[in-house]
Amino acid sequence: MRSRFDRQLETLNTMLIEMGMQVETAIAASIEALKKQDTILAKKAIAADTEIDQQEKDIEAMCLKLLLQQQPVAKDLRLISAALKMITDMERIGDQAADIAEISIFLSQAPYVKTPEHIPQMAAATAKMVTESIDAFVKKDLELANRVIADDDVVDRLFDAVKGDLIKLMSADSSSGSQAIDLLMIAKYLERIGDHATNIAEWVVFSITGKHEDAAGSEG
Amino acid sequence: MRNMLKFQLEDVQLWYNDFKALHGVNMDIEEKEITAFIGPSGCGKSTLLKCLNRMNDLVEGCRITGKLLLDGEDINATQDVNRLRRRVGMVFQKPNPFPMSIYDNIAFGPRTHGVTSRLKLDGIVEKALRDAAIWEETKDRLKKSALSLSGGQQQRLCIARALAVEPEVLLMDEPTSALDPISTSKIEELMADLKKKYTVVIVTHNMQQATRISDKTAFFLLGELIEYGETEQVFSMPKDQRCEDYITGRFG
Repeated sequence: MRSRFDRQLETLNTMLIEMGMQVETAIAASIEALKKQDTILAKKAIAADTEIDQQEKDIEAMCLKLLLQQQPVAKDLRLISAALKMITDMERIGDQAADIAEISIFLSQAPYVKTPEHIPQMAAATAKMVTESIDAFVKKDLELANRVIADDDVVDRLFDAVKGDLIKLMSADSSSGSQAIDLLMIAKYLERIGDHATNIAEWVVFSITGKHEDAAGSEG
Repeated sequence: MRNMLKFQLEDVQLWYNDFKALHGVNMDIEEKEITAFIGPSGCGKSTLLKCLNRMNDLVEGCRITGKLLLDGEDINATQDVNRLRRRVGMVFQKPNPFPMSIYDNIAFGPRTHGVTSRLKLDGIVEKALRDAAIWEETKDRLKKSALSLSGGQQQRLCIARALAVEPEVLLMDEPTSALDPISTSKIEELMADLKKKYTVVIVTHNMQQATRISDKTAFFLLGELIEYGETEQVFSMPKDQRCEDYITGRFG
């Protein structure tokens, strides 16, 4: 009995890793699309989102099947319920990457007034949080999960920096307003991705320790 | 609100001849709660359950040391075992109705304890059958043999028989392991009702049953009490690795 259950949990892990990779691809493609004004890459990010939605459904079905068949308790129950919660956040990250890609398609129509340097930094920091939060789940690494939660502050600070950059840009050149607002939206999406990665990390902490606490200041 | 302690066990050790079955169990069992004993076969949980109303008296070569207190009274020192077993009733794994009518099965205990009035017995029988949620099914056939009932009905009859002497505690040794899911669910619902009036201690191999019905869970292994706590805690965050291994099926 147990060895079958262990194999099923292994499969669940693999599915989560694959969904995580797809989410990382979506973020990377959307940011590259933005930097290079590349609509093909942008469409790749949007396509990844469709795939992510399907993966969410598959993992959800797998978790429900495990709950039904195995009636898990203790750490098995925590692991499966954490997985169920995490995929919701992963799916939202996919949505936001697609949103960024859509804006980047629009932005590709005209050259940038000035590429804000902090947005790629933010993108790198949030992508790292997402990767590490899923890594922490797979490796049951409490320390790494806590580091992801702490890293959200870095992303929040970068968001403030981007906001500052854009305000300066708009005061210097009023014609840059439309572009600046789109870039601000992108920064906000990235900031939300950071929050979702934090949520994932919090569920990882729960699956290891049995305690779920919202990190101070994080939303949703 | 904290309940009163119904049982207090201090360093309970038990031998069957040379074999030591319990290695110093310490635990308190609270009144009007359901306490579940879990653990692999041979871990001592049924043995300990039987200590609570001295069913081990009948076992040759059985020796018990330590303290077992019921409402502060030493169970092993009591002279009146009948009175003890009236206060602490028992229901077994396999339904064991006596080969007599439904009515006489229930009236058996009260008659043993000296009740003879027909009217009084009628009242006791009806109340016990009602409390065990089997009155509706049996009220028109009280004179029929108890052996004509289905397994699930027989088990509720046995619960009614235990309730007829107005016990304070009900010990149940895997009371639903021989029953189908519908009978099982009836008995589980019955237990939830019973705990309003009685203290219930149940031995079960069904983990989901323990999580559904019990307030406290005690995990035994090789004659030792390994973990004891709120059922929700034991099944969500067990403190002991051996308990975790057992409930998640990783044992051995």
